[in-house]
Amino acid sequence: MIQSRREFLKSSGSLIVGFSATSVLPGFMGAQGPFATHPSHIDPNRIGSWLAIDADGSITAYTGKCDFGQGIFTAQTQLVAEELCVPIPRVKLVQCDTAVCPDQGTTSGSQSTPTNFNEESLALAAATARETLLKFAGDRFGESVDVLHVVDGVVTSKSGRAVSYAELVQGKYFNLPVDKSARRRSPAQWTTLGKPVPSLDRAALMTGAFEFVHHVRVPEMLHARVVRPPAMGATVENVDEASIRNIPGIVKVVVRKDLVGIVAMKQHQAVLAARQLAVRWSPGPKLPRQQDFFESMRRQPSQDTLSVDSRNVDARLAAVKSIISATYTYPYQMHGSVGASCAVADVKPKQATIWSATQSAYPTRSVTAMLLGLKPDDVRVVFVRGAGCYGLNGADAVSFEAAILSQAVGKPVRLQFSRQDEMAWENYGAACVVEQRAALGEDGRVAVWDREAWVSALGNRPGYDRPGNVITGMLLGYEAEPFQPGPAKPPKGKLRNQSNIVPAYFAGCIDGNCGSEGTVVAERALTHTVRSPFFTGPLRSPLRIQNTFANECFMDEICARAKADPVAYRLLHLKNSRVIGVLKAAAELAKWDPRPSPKANLQRSGIASGRGVACVAYEGANGYAALIAYVDVDLESGVVQPKRFVVALDCGPISNPDGLRNQTDGGILQGMSRSLVEEVTWDESRVTSVDWQTYKSLYLDYEMPSIECVFVAPEGVPALGAGETSITVVPAAIGNAVFDATGARLRDVPFTPERVMSALEIARKEATA
Amino acid sequence: MQHISLLVNGKEHDLSVDPETPLLFVLNDELGLRGPRFGCGMAQCGSCTVLLRGQVVRSCVMPVRAVASDEVTTLEGLGTPEKPHPLQQVFIDEGAAQCGFCLSGVILTAKAVLDSNPGASDSEIREALGGVLCRCFTHTRMLRAIRKYAEKKKHDSVSS
Repeated sequence: MIQSRREFLKSSGSLIVGFSATSVLPGFMGAQGPFATHPSHIDPNRIGSWLAIDADGSITAYTGKCDFGQGIFTAQTQLVAEELCVPIPRVKLVQCDTAVCPDQGTTSGSQSTPTNFNEESLALAAATARETLLKFAGDRFGESVDVLHVVDGVVTSKSGRAVSYAELVQGKYFNLPVDKSARRRSPAQWTTLGKPVPSLDRAALMTGAFEFVHHVRVPEMLHARVVRPPAMGATVENVDEASIRNIPGIVKVVVRKDLVGIVAMKQHQAVLAARQLAVRWSPGPKLPRQQDFFESMRRQPSQDTLSVDSRNVDARLAAVKSIISATYTYPYQMHGSVGASCAVADVKPKQATIWSATQSAYPTRSVTAMLLGLKPDDVRVVFVRGAGCYGLNGADAVSFEAAILSQAVGKPVRLQFSRQDEMAWENYGAACVVEQRAALGEDGRVAVWDREAWVSALGNRPGYDRPGNVITGMLLGYEAEPFQPGPAKPPKGKLRNQSNIVPAYFAGCIDGNCGSEGTVVAERALTHTVRSPFFTGPLRSPLRIQNTFANECFMDEICARAKADPVAYRLLHLKNSRVIGVLKAAAELAKWDPRPSPKANLQRSGIASGRGVACVAYEGANGYAALIAYVDVDLESGVVQPKRFVVALDCGPISNPDGLRNQTDGGILQGMSRSLVEEVTWDESRVTSVDWQTYKSLYLDYEMPSIECVFVAPEGVPALGAGETSITVVPAAIGNAVFDATGARLRDVPFTPERVMSALEIARKEATA
Repeated sequence: MQHISLLVNGKEHDLSVDPETPLLFVLNDELGLRGPRFGCGMAQCGSCTVLLRGQVVRSCVMPVRAVASDEVTTLEGLGTPEKPHPLQQVFIDEGAAQCGFCLSGVILTAKAVLDSNPGASDSEIREALGGVLCRCFTHTRMLRAIRKYAEKKKHDSVSS
């Protein structure tokens, strides 16, 4: 049995007083978890699960949301400091260690801010702690809480009496519940939140002192590499251990079904052995041809979903003279972390510790326990940051496999994936095809809009019990999430637009309940999910970027048909005040010149310039962005060069404007790379984009466009996610700008020079026809 | 295994290693250094960058035997969190990182180009960074930090 939380806290040298350090749920098994996830052993309804006050008055906070470079470590530290009215250096934040932190599921989906910065979880625990300490002080002074004031962890009263947090808690434990009615400090009162606090990891990062998971070293640790199949679905027939006999230091060749790993004394030995080990594999099934993959997707059995259906779309489209239609494709793309994934595992006969860069500490704990034949309570997952992941990269798989290899040799093992292990087998962002049809009414507005999409999917996050959702599970014989083809049921309840399938211009009505606030009432959005030949999973703005590309480019095509200004025409169809707010703010900052696209007098040679706009209500209601892109297009070569981006973002109250800006800029530029160059490629048996020469990404020598940015938000709204909002609108804004510059419509991401040249050719033919 | 002595960040180390071992693994595994990191193992990304004779070297593909008596400088050889190098200081001031995994390539490449050519233009600096990859796309802040350092360096050399 792993030590109790309290023992852990003691052994880590932290003398925890203040709130109870034993907020462990007694006999808590089998019930639904506190975050609609899974049973956790740490009770999120107790203050002590989130916070402790040391004897010196410093605060230790425990969170289930961790930092991969998106800045949430600093923002959460600010949050705790703000609520407890102490300076930042007095707060120590512990992230995602299953021995001491509450289970907050996965750090993903732009959910850390909504979850931990509003009226629940970490924020509510911290607010409860402050109110509790104030009450203790009031009792001690015999004065009303209303006349008390806290600065730097010292409570003072109107009469001038003062007492510190340390004196108030006096080394005692208080097993107190989190108070649902505790009052958060409001943005108007903020002194620490809302400020551009420099990220706390900076000095260590810039000087090489920062510990990544790649640096974790434990006594007696061995080094490992894995040997992957040559093709998706290939299975092990024979492993010839004699083939690496000449390599010194080999501890063990581990073969568990189709998972092959080599454990060695030194890293170099493991690398050599993995390269040299002779493994005979069965041939895998043939992959569908990439050149007509999007066509073949449409012929697959599919699991169908209707997001909205006004049931009059076919009749309306049959009655009009002219239908506007277009088909968009979006390729598989990679997380492509700059550091190949790595984990360290120390598996003992009855317990295990995994140092992991996973986004999902508790789910990883459960799945690892399942693979090792241990109980989840006997596995500890300690989060240590890896290279930026942007979603489900190889971090979970490498953690599971490090644990399996450690168990096989009975020693701690560090497993480092190779670049190819990472890129050939990760869970890619899904490939999509979206067909759009619309017609204008007599008033020139969109009267009917029909949308039909095909999405490829296989696997996902492993969750608490589904190892088959990633490569490790497949190699061990576990199934991925079941795929059940079947027709769509009529939509029910309120529209949940989490994947941004439904354009903001739809009314989004289901049985009279309208969830999207647009003007288009003859509306249908049908999605066919088909089985992917590769693993897929959440990649920054999962499906949202694909859907928004198709929706916002099509809106632009409609604008062009209506000969209307793209900003004004969008505004005609929007009722959501926050989408309207960002669209107007971006247009104002950019000094948008209202006119239809493409621009007049298109040039036939040289460099053509244009501008394009796109906007989104991210996940329907988790952040709002509008982006205006200014691009140059070389009409001779087809090269698209973005020159300027102007973005307006509304994510509610901002915890750290500097961190938000960093995320916004990074999202736009990553989105630019994904728009222009990124695409997974394959041949008949395997993925061929397996390094940085075969999978393109924009390097640091790329001529970067300027970025102008404005943050807007109404008062009194909750805090929303912000890490995925800006990236979501980039492909559409660039594609629309290319159209404005040239009259050529790009409907396939990425916008390679060849595709631009062929779109230019089509545009010229249409112009002369 | 062979006896090798290695000069890293001003300190001499006596090691017993396979001389074909990539320098990166020696720095990480034998010396416990954190600056250079395994990104690709193929000299394609720059995460493992170190300086050797003032030149940037991809330590993931360089056998440790090839270092010979030259001094290796890693990111931690420039400065410490308490006393960062001026180039590291501008990166701190600008907040020029997200995950920060790629920083050895970014900072050491910038240092090498500006040490050899203090008057390097923006396009020369960018060109030098051609093989350095940042997947968080912190490009804007990084280039701003480097430019600031270059200007400061120019100013300092003029005034001294």
